[in-house]
Amino acid sequence: MIGLEVHVQIKTCSKVFTRVATGYGEPPNTLTDPVVLGLPGALPVMNKAALDASIKAGLLLGCEIAPVCKWDRKNYFYPDSPKNYQISQYDQPICLGGSVEIELPGAARNLMGEHRQVALTRIHLEEDVGKLNHGATDSLIDFNRAGTPLMEIVSEPVMHSAEEAFAYLTSLRATMIYGGISDCDMEKGQLRCDANISIRPVGQTTLGTKVELKNLNSISYVSAGIAHEIKRQIGVLERGGTIVQETRDFDGTTGTSQSLRSKEMAHDYRYFPDPDLMPVKIDASWQDRLRADCPELPFPKQRRFLERYQIPFTLASVLIWDRGLADYFEETARLCGKPQMAGNWIVNDLLRELGASGQTLAQSKVRPSHLAALVQLVDSGAVLTNAAKEIFIAMFASGETPGAIAERSGLKAAPADTGELEQWCRDAITASPKALAEFKAGKDSAINAFKGPVMKAAKGKANPKLVDETLRRLLAQM
Amino acid sequence: MADLIYQPITQLAAALDAKQISAVELTQAVIARTKAVNGRLNAFNSFDEADALAQAGASDARRAAGQGRGALDGIPVGLKDVIAVQGQPLTASSRMLAKFVSPYDATVTQQLKRAGAVLWGRLNCDEFAMGSSTENSAFGPAVNPWDLTRVPGGSSGGSAAALAAGTTVATLGSDTGGSIRQPAAFCGLVGLKPTYGLVSRFGLVAFASSLDQIGPFARTVEDAAIVLGAIAGHDERDSTSYRATIPNYRAELGGRRGPWKLGIPKEYFAAGLDPEIGAAVERAIAFYRSQGCEVKPVSLPHTQYCLDTYYIIATAEASSNLARYDGIRYGHRAAQASDLVDLYARSRAEGFGAEVKRRIILGTYVLSSGYYDAYYLRAQKVRTLIREDFLRAYQEVDALLTPTSPIPAFKIGEKSDPLAMYLCDIYTIGVNLAGLPALSVPCGFTSGGLPIGMQLIGQPFNESGLLAIAQAYERAHDWHTRHPSL
Repeated sequence: MIGLEVHVQIKTCSKVFTRVATGYGEPPNTLTDPVVLGLPGALPVMNKAALDASIKAGLLLGCEIAPVCKWDRKNYFYPDSPKNYQISQYDQPICLGGSVEIELPGAARNLMGEHRQVALTRIHLEEDVGKLNHGATDSLIDFNRAGTPLMEIVSEPVMHSAEEAFAYLTSLRATMIYGGISDCDMEKGQLRCDANISIRPVGQTTLGTKVELKNLNSISYVSAGIAHEIKRQIGVLERGGTIVQETRDFDGTTGTSQSLRSKEMAHDYRYFPDPDLMPVKIDASWQDRLRADCPELPFPKQRRFLERYQIPFTLASVLIWDRGLADYFEETARLCGKPQMAGNWIVNDLLRELGASGQTLAQSKVRPSHLAALVQLVDSGAVLTNAAKEIFIAMFASGETPGAIAERSGLKAAPADTGELEQWCRDAITASPKALAEFKAGKDSAINAFKGPVMKAAKGKANPKLVDETLRRLLAQM
Repeated sequence: MADLIYQPITQLAAALDAKQISAVELTQAVIARTKAVNGRLNAFNSFDEADALAQAGASDARRAAGQGRGALDGIPVGLKDVIAVQGQPLTASSRMLAKFVSPYDATVTQQLKRAGAVLWGRLNCDEFAMGSSTENSAFGPAVNPWDLTRVPGGSSGGSAAALAAGTTVATLGSDTGGSIRQPAAFCGLVGLKPTYGLVSRFGLVAFASSLDQIGPFARTVEDAAIVLGAIAGHDERDSTSYRATIPNYRAELGGRRGPWKLGIPKEYFAAGLDPEIGAAVERAIAFYRSQGCEVKPVSLPHTQYCLDTYYIIATAEASSNLARYDGIRYGHRAAQASDLVDLYARSRAEGFGAEVKRRIILGTYVLSSGYYDAYYLRAQKVRTLIREDFLRAYQEVDALLTPTSPIPAFKIGEKSDPLAMYLCDIYTIGVNLAGLPALSVPCGFTSGGLPIGMQLIGQPFNESGLLAIAQAYERAHDWHTRHPSL
C-alpha cells in the first residue's frame, strides 16, 4: 500500500511570514531579511495570500476547512532551518479529508481508463527551509527558499502501484496549477514527493510495516522509486526477513535506495503552539469568496467535453490537462461550431508548432478567432486541407488572419464552377470507363478515381465539395 | 542647572525647551557620569559616545529650527542589551552573541528615534533575560548603586542600576516574570510592565514569547507615562501586538479619577515576606485609605501554582526560541568540531551560561513526546485559571496592591540555589502569566537604606488608571527624590 506526502510550494509574491519576495534562481541569500534568517528579535507575521491559497486547495479537493488556522512549532536542529524550528501545523491542519480523482491507463491509448478517488488525510501549511549545497570541504546554505509557503498534502495509504501514484501526482499537480496555487515545477522544487510504502499478502487487511522513501524529485523517480521499493520489500520477505520501519533515500540516477534512519532514530519534534502567531478565524464568507474563485477541474472538464462536444477521448485527454489549452479549445469551438476539427487543429498542429518554437500558448500569435476562421474556411471547402496546413504555418509565424494569407498566397480553392469544371469532370469520366462501370455497379468509392484528374486539371484549386457534386450530377445522367 | 543627572524627563525637557541646557550638554553630562561610575556598577555592556553626541547634536538642531519632537527629544535613554539597535551590539549579555551587531532596529528603537531620544548605552542584564539579579550576565554582574555589595535585581538590572546612578535619564527593560518591576524596586525607581501586546516585541531578543514585554524604567510616574507613550501602539511586524488607540498617558495623568477601589490579595502577604517591606506596603495601603480609597482583601487562589506554571511555559518557549543560536549563521561557533552535531553541542556548550542551559534543558523536557500533556498543556490550563483569578478580582476592585518583591536587594552571590532565586519573583510572575499591566513604585527604605517598592497591578490596557493610582502616592511622598551616594 502506498501513501504519498507531497510538498507543494504556494505561488505568492512574498514569503509566508515576512514581506521579502519569493523567487527561484536569484543570487544566494538575496531573498532574506531578519525574519527569514532567524536573527535575534525577529518575529513572523502571516501572509494572508498563502492561507487563501491553502484554503482554495482544500476547497478544490473537497476537504473540510478548519474553522481556525493555528500554527505550531516543529523543533529540530538542521542547518537549512534558520530558527531550528519550522513553523508548521500539527494537530489542527488547515484542511482535513478530501480526495484526488485519478485516471488509470486504459486498455488502449484511445480508451479511457478507470477513474478512482484517492482519499486525503490532511493538508497543512508550513514554511520551506533553505537549501544546502555541499562542496568538497564545506557546505554552503542558501536561504532564498527559506520561508516560502509550503503545503504538505498527505494521502491515505490507499494506492496499490507505482502507476496509481503516478496518476495521483499527475492529477494533483494539474489541480494545483488549475487553481493558480502553484506552478508545480519539480525542477525548481515547487513540488516534492515522499512515499510511505508497505506490502502485505493478498487477503491480509492490516497494513504491513511502512518504509518512508524520500527525495522522489521527479514524477518518473516517483514511479521508479516506488516500483523499486515494492520489489525490495518482496525480496526481503521472500528471503525470510522482516521489513524494518525506516526512512530510505532513493537515488534516481542509480535506481537504488539506502537507509537514512530507523524508527529508533526518529525525531521528537516537540510540537507546541507558536506563541508568536495568533490563531486566525476562517468564517464562512471567507470560504465562499475563495469557492467563487475555484475553477472546474480536469476530470469534470473531461466528462463535459466528451458529452457536450462529442470529441474523441484521445482529444479530450490532451485538452483537459492545461487550463489555458482547454479554454482555448472551448473558445475556438464556440467561434467555429466544429469542436472536433478545432480539437484536431489544436492537438496536432498548434501543440506541434508551439513545441517546435518553444512558445507557450499565451505567447502564440494564433488566437482562437484565427483558428476558428481557418476551420471554417476548410469546412466550407474554400480552402483545401493541404493549403490550410500551409496557411496555419504562415499564420503561426505572422499572426495574420487565415483569410488574408489565403488571399495573398493564392491558396484559396476556386470559389465556384467557372464552366471549366464541368468539362474537366466529363473528361475524367470519359478517360476512366472502368471506374464508371464500377460506380454504376454501386461501388460509391469509385468516384474518387475521377477526382485526381479533375484536381490535376484544376491545378489543385478546385473546390472539392463542388467537384464531388458536379461528378455525381454528371454520373447520374450517364 | 544643578544636578542634571538626577532630573526627571519633565524637568529636563522644560530646560531644553527654554534653552537653559542643550541636548549635547545633557548627553555630555551622562557620558561623564557613566565614565565615572560604570567601572564600579558594570551597568553598561557597551556605549557609543560619538553616536550619542551625534544624536544629541541632531536634537539641538531640531529644537533650534523649531522642529522639536516633544518631551523625549534630546533625552538620553538606555536600552537593555536585548533590544536591537541597527549597527550596535546586541549581546543579550551572552557569550553566544558577544560579537553580534544588529543589522536592524527593534520597533521600540525606531519609536524612540522618532521621538528624538538620544539612545545611550547597551545595558547589562541576566543572560537572555533569564535571572533575577543580573549575576547571570556573561560580562559580570551589575551592582546596586545603593549598596555596591548587592545586586540591582534582574533580569533588567543594568537598566535599573544605570538610571539609579544617574548615567542616563530613562531606560527600557524587558519583563518576562518581573524583570522590570523587581529591579525597579531594588533600585528605588518606577518600573512599568505594560499589558501584553501593548508594546511591540519586534526586535526584542525573545526569552518567552507569550510573557515578554518591553517597558520603561523612570524616575517618576510621569516620566514612565512619557516613555510608555512613545513605545506603545500597534506594530504590524508583531502578530501579538494589540490594535488599539493609544491614549496620551501623560495628559491623562492630569485627570482626577480617584478615589479608587484597591484589592489586597492575601496570598501576596504570606510567609517569606520581609517584615520591613510588609510594613512599608501597609503604610502605603493606609495612605490610600486616608485618601478615601476603598481597600478590600481579595483572593487569587491559584497564586500557589504561579511559579510552577511560569517555569514550565517560560522554559518551554525559551528552549525553542534559543534553538536558533547554533553557531551556523551568526554568534559563537566552537573552534573545533568533528561533525555537525558536535558543532552544535560545542558551540552551545561554550556560548551559553549555566542558567540558560538549565532552562533550555527544562523546557526541552517539558515539551518532549509523552510529557507535553502533563506539563505544557496542563500549565496552559492553569495559566487560564490564574488569569481568571485576576479578572474575578477586577469585578470588585480597580487595581491590586502588593509588595513587588518579598525581599530587598540581596548580596551578590547570596542566592546560589536556583530555586531560592526563582522565589524572588513570586509576586511578579502571576502578572505576566495573566498578561496584565503592573508597575513598581518606590514606597520606602529598609533600615539598612535599601529601596522598597510596591506593586500596583491594573486591568488589561488600562495603563492610564494604573499610572494615576501610582502618581497619587508618589505626589504625597518623596522617596523618588532620594539618590544613592556614589
